[in-house]
Amino acid sequence: MTDAALPPAVAPARPATAAIQKRLKARYAREKRFRAYGLIAIGIAVLFLAVLLGSIVKQGYSAFYTHAVTAEVYLDPAVIDASNPGGANYDQLIASQQLAELGVADDERGTRSTAMRALFSPDAGFGLRERVIEDPSLIGQTIEFTAPIGDDADLYFKDDISRDTPQAQRRLSDEQLAWLDRMEQSGAVTSGFNSDFFTRGDSTQPELAGVLGAVIGSALMLLVTGLLAIPIGVGAAVYLEEFARKNRITAFIEVNINNLAAVPSIVYGLLGLAVFINWMHLPRASPLVGGLVLALMSLPTIIIATRSALKAVPPSIREAALAMGASRTQSVFHHVLPLAMPGVMTGAILAMAHALGETAPLLLIGMVSFTPGIPEGLTSPSGALPVLVYIWENASERAFHERTAAAILVLLAFMIVMNLVAIVLRRRFERRW
Amino acid sequence: MILLVLILLIGFSAAAYWAGRRLARRRAAGTRAHSSLGYHGAYVLLWAAIPALVVLILMAVFSTGIQYQLLLADAPEAIRALDPMRQGAFWYDVLTVADGGTPQQIWAGPQAELLQSEAQRAARIGGLMTLGGAVAAVLAGLIGLGLALRRVAPQFRARNRVEGWIAAFLFVCSAIAILTTLGIIASLLFESLRFFQSVSPLEFLFGTQWSPQIAIRADQVGQTGGFGAAPLFVGTFLIMMIAMLVAGPIGLFSAIYLSEYAGPRQRAIIKPVLEILAGVPTVVYGFFAALTVGPALRGFFNGVGAQLAGGPLDSLGQYLMLVQNQMALVAGGVMGIMLIPFVSSLSDDIINAVPQSLRDGSYAMGATKSETVKRVLLPAALPGIAGAFLLAVSRAIGETMIVTMAAGLAARMTLNPLDTVTTVTVQIVTLLTGDQEFNSPKTLAAFGLGLTLFIVTLGLNIIAQQIVQRYREQYD
Amino acid sequence: MTMNPDLVAPSREPRQGDVSALDTDRNPGHAEAPVPTVVHPGLTGPIKIKAEDVSVFYGQKQALFDVSLDIADKAVTAFIGPSGCGKSTFLRCINRMNDTIPSARVVGKITIDGQDITDRSIDPVLLRARVGMVFQKPNPFPKSIFENVAYGPKIHGLTANKTELADRVEHSLKRAGLWKEVADRLESPGTGLSGGQQQRLVIARAIAVEPEVILMDEPCSALDPIATARIEELIDELREEYCIVIVTHSMAQAARVSQRTAFFHLGQLIEVGPTEDIFQNPRERRTLDYITGRFG
Repeated sequence: MTDAALPPAVAPARPATAAIQKRLKARYAREKRFRAYGLIAIGIAVLFLAVLLGSIVKQGYSAFYTHAVTAEVYLDPAVIDASNPGGANYDQLIASQQLAELGVADDERGTRSTAMRALFSPDAGFGLRERVIEDPSLIGQTIEFTAPIGDDADLYFKDDISRDTPQAQRRLSDEQLAWLDRMEQSGAVTSGFNSDFFTRGDSTQPELAGVLGAVIGSALMLLVTGLLAIPIGVGAAVYLEEFARKNRITAFIEVNINNLAAVPSIVYGLLGLAVFINWMHLPRASPLVGGLVLALMSLPTIIIATRSALKAVPPSIREAALAMGASRTQSVFHHVLPLAMPGVMTGAILAMAHALGETAPLLLIGMVSFTPGIPEGLTSPSGALPVLVYIWENASERAFHERTAAAILVLLAFMIVMNLVAIVLRRRFERRW
Repeated sequence: MILLVLILLIGFSAAAYWAGRRLARRRAAGTRAHSSLGYHGAYVLLWAAIPALVVLILMAVFSTGIQYQLLLADAPEAIRALDPMRQGAFWYDVLTVADGGTPQQIWAGPQAELLQSEAQRAARIGGLMTLGGAVAAVLAGLIGLGLALRRVAPQFRARNRVEGWIAAFLFVCSAIAILTTLGIIASLLFESLRFFQSVSPLEFLFGTQWSPQIAIRADQVGQTGGFGAAPLFVGTFLIMMIAMLVAGPIGLFSAIYLSEYAGPRQRAIIKPVLEILAGVPTVVYGFFAALTVGPALRGFFNGVGAQLAGGPLDSLGQYLMLVQNQMALVAGGVMGIMLIPFVSSLSDDIINAVPQSLRDGSYAMGATKSETVKRVLLPAALPGIAGAFLLAVSRAIGETMIVTMAAGLAARMTLNPLDTVTTVTVQIVTLLTGDQEFNSPKTLAAFGLGLTLFIVTLGLNIIAQQIVQRYREQYD
Repeated sequence: MTMNPDLVAPSREPRQGDVSALDTDRNPGHAEAPVPTVVHPGLTGPIKIKAEDVSVFYGQKQALFDVSLDIADKAVTAFIGPSGCGKSTFLRCINRMNDTIPSARVVGKITIDGQDITDRSIDPVLLRARVGMVFQKPNPFPKSIFENVAYGPKIHGLTANKTELADRVEHSLKRAGLWKEVADRLESPGTGLSGGQQQRLVIARAIAVEPEVILMDEPCSALDPIATARIEELIDELREEYCIVIVTHSMAQAARVSQRTAFFHLGQLIEVGPTEDIFQNPRERRTLDYITGRFG
């Protein structure tokens, strides 16, 4: 139709129509503005998410590669006592020989060799010492070793320390930077995948600190949580949904569960501290206690998810089973629950994913303390992935900064995997019906 | 140890099941039994395993308490002479040492010697109780087994009995929810009462001096006046308000857009994005606040301050130049981001619950979408949205990691968003993550704060849930 | 959606007399009416709404097939037919309420006073101010009675000041026969009224913007017989000023209130004509089957 703005020529213009028409433009402008507010709000949310994830990736990706130094060292019998090979200062040995190689003389107080030592990880001397103790015949030989480079030197090679910064404000002096340049030119410095980050536990030395201990701690904790919270949660939901008569007690339990779901997580930490640690004397900072606390915390979520999965099973299934002569228990456990299982598992996995990211209650049960190495069992002190993020974020070394972001990426990766599993389950759930 | 007990228990149960099944088959020879053999086995299993399990659980829960009471009953004079706080710390260390740990405190002179001897005594009592518990568990299991085996007979209604047990188990599962609540209330109340013995509740709630770090020694409590939590409440309130100012409008407008404007395709994109935002752990938000937002905002304000300094607004400029990373605005703002998906999904549900007939009625009058939203949907959904906001407020008050990482420790009575404030949850974490004995007023203060937090959030939740429920019933 | 047989009983006798009386009155008007090429008998006044080959699709599914129909001004036209026959779908085309359903698509042409309202350039806001609508379930807004009626004038800016607005609200309520019942409680919530009162409030709300056409989508199906009778009386009064189209599944109601009736079946317009003819002497077999209760 071309006569787009067909004037009310045919119809006599009514006063109301004219009045409405006059305001129409302004009303549509308001409409547009209002719609724009909605879009802006969503835009802001999306933007925040992008900035959040972007900033973490940007800060964290560099922790996934690292620099190592390969050099030769002469295991000087004058320094290493063959009868006590563990007593020598291997770090100093490496540093002084590196200085000599670069043609730099150490001063009397050893300032330069100290500066050189700072460029190597303490792991270099430690590894050397181990080798010599194992095979004392190496003394007197020149051997090649490879060790992680010091954290500050690593940052320099990652362009995180710039020469433009005044010397006093950076962790490495001009002299140290010159040495590093020469070492790099000689091909001694190699960069590669930071496998230590995934195979080591926590450490005070950033270049030796890894997430494995925390990952295993989190896994053990989730194991305890899952083994307790899922059966108990499902049991409680089955009781409330299929068995309980509607009376005051069950109504009270329902209100209770809804409120428990909204109790701040830190309160569960207080509960764990008071009951599990101070009353029952379970070991502090252990995955057992952590798992118990997280289990209590996830219980309401699992109960609520299971109940809605049970509600979704059509009543005809129950009636059919009962009509076949099955008892109520048989009807629930043989027919209703299996049908609700995908929904139950989806809810349970999402609750576990949430528990994995929970930090506050774990701080209160002692996990905030430094736990090097890999946890040995359910009752030994252990770290957890989100707590590691918190600890590293508080560390003063610059190099921990990128590792914190990298640990977050590891944490998010686990959560994404769990969520994907939940989505796949949900898909299968839909197919079944 | 736990693993060993579990394996033994499982083995014992399996044997009981097998025995029950076998016996049932033998006794039923030739006749038709009421229940299938498996139910007879399961019945015997339950009677064998549950008494043993109950004994073991009771032991795990109460043995430490009994051990403690036994220790106290024969406590040496030198320890009884100590003040109660110190005594508690001593016994805590005794138990720690008895478990093979290292003491938390440094004990000198006779106390150090007593610590060792008492620890040995504690270990002895503990060992005896473990042995006694094990014997009791085995006995309970065997008696149960014997009783159950006697009842196995063809006419015996094993299935009904087993199902009775299952129903009982399911009930216990749901009772755990109540036990958890009771546990929370009991532990918070018990420790708080001890705290309120040394600090009056009025002073705690309304006092304006918060400096728990000064009160290292127990006898200083009350004199320092260091446990007035009002600044924490003000700080918590300030950060919550900032968070709601961010999350409220953004979340609400997102919900309106999602429910009224977005087509299915847009929803399919936007909803997952909001879900991701909701799934990010709070510790990650804390990191983001502390290391990205904090420095950025500080740089911004310092820059503005530098511009203003020397001008007509010199004092403001000077102030802005001193703004810290840990301002309330940072923690509150990032917490607001965290709450956006929470507010938005709750409001989305609420707005969707408004009947379509009201929308139709408004559109049929010639209202535009925005007029319908503003004049019909929002007024209709107002109670529900208020409930959703209250739930978000409760979340904001209880949120811990963002404020712990991004807000400061300075307890200040201020509503200035550029100042550093501290919150209830930050102080709970700070008080409980240091290395100090459990019974010091410092740690007990954390429980007092926890109790306050619990009561406030619980109250908000109950009110909010009632509002939302009544709202939903109105349109059902 | 069940028919309420009670609706038929109380007021049948006098009403039917009414209808026939009216019909005879209008017989001369019938001849004068500008009858279009498609002859739709029974027109009792000038054509207000004219539909040509209107089809409606919901996604892949076609709900309405090539409906052509003329609707007279200052008269009541009833749409009858079994559930899902497309009568409400067609009704919702007249004020373009189908626009609010994302999957709906309307083809064909509907004109009001010669103006094509399906054209994209026609503003649905303006159109809906001219074409009021009353729904099956009374849907007063959760506001006061006054605010409910004032809603339209306020959003459209029809009144200059408060007294004008109050006058208009009062006039509309009086027109809808509700004024006496609510005059002393204008500030109480509209949702607190009884079902029949709510439906009259909704009618007052529609009248307040001075529409030309009022569409009613089974306005009495949620009401008791007494409330229904009041609404029917009201419809009869309003006929003098407005073009009224009513969808109903109560044939008795169609017989009582309308001058013309259109019968829809499976998305098609089967037959249209003077109400009396449709009920007493239908031309189509399907119409006869329906009104005699053989299906529906």
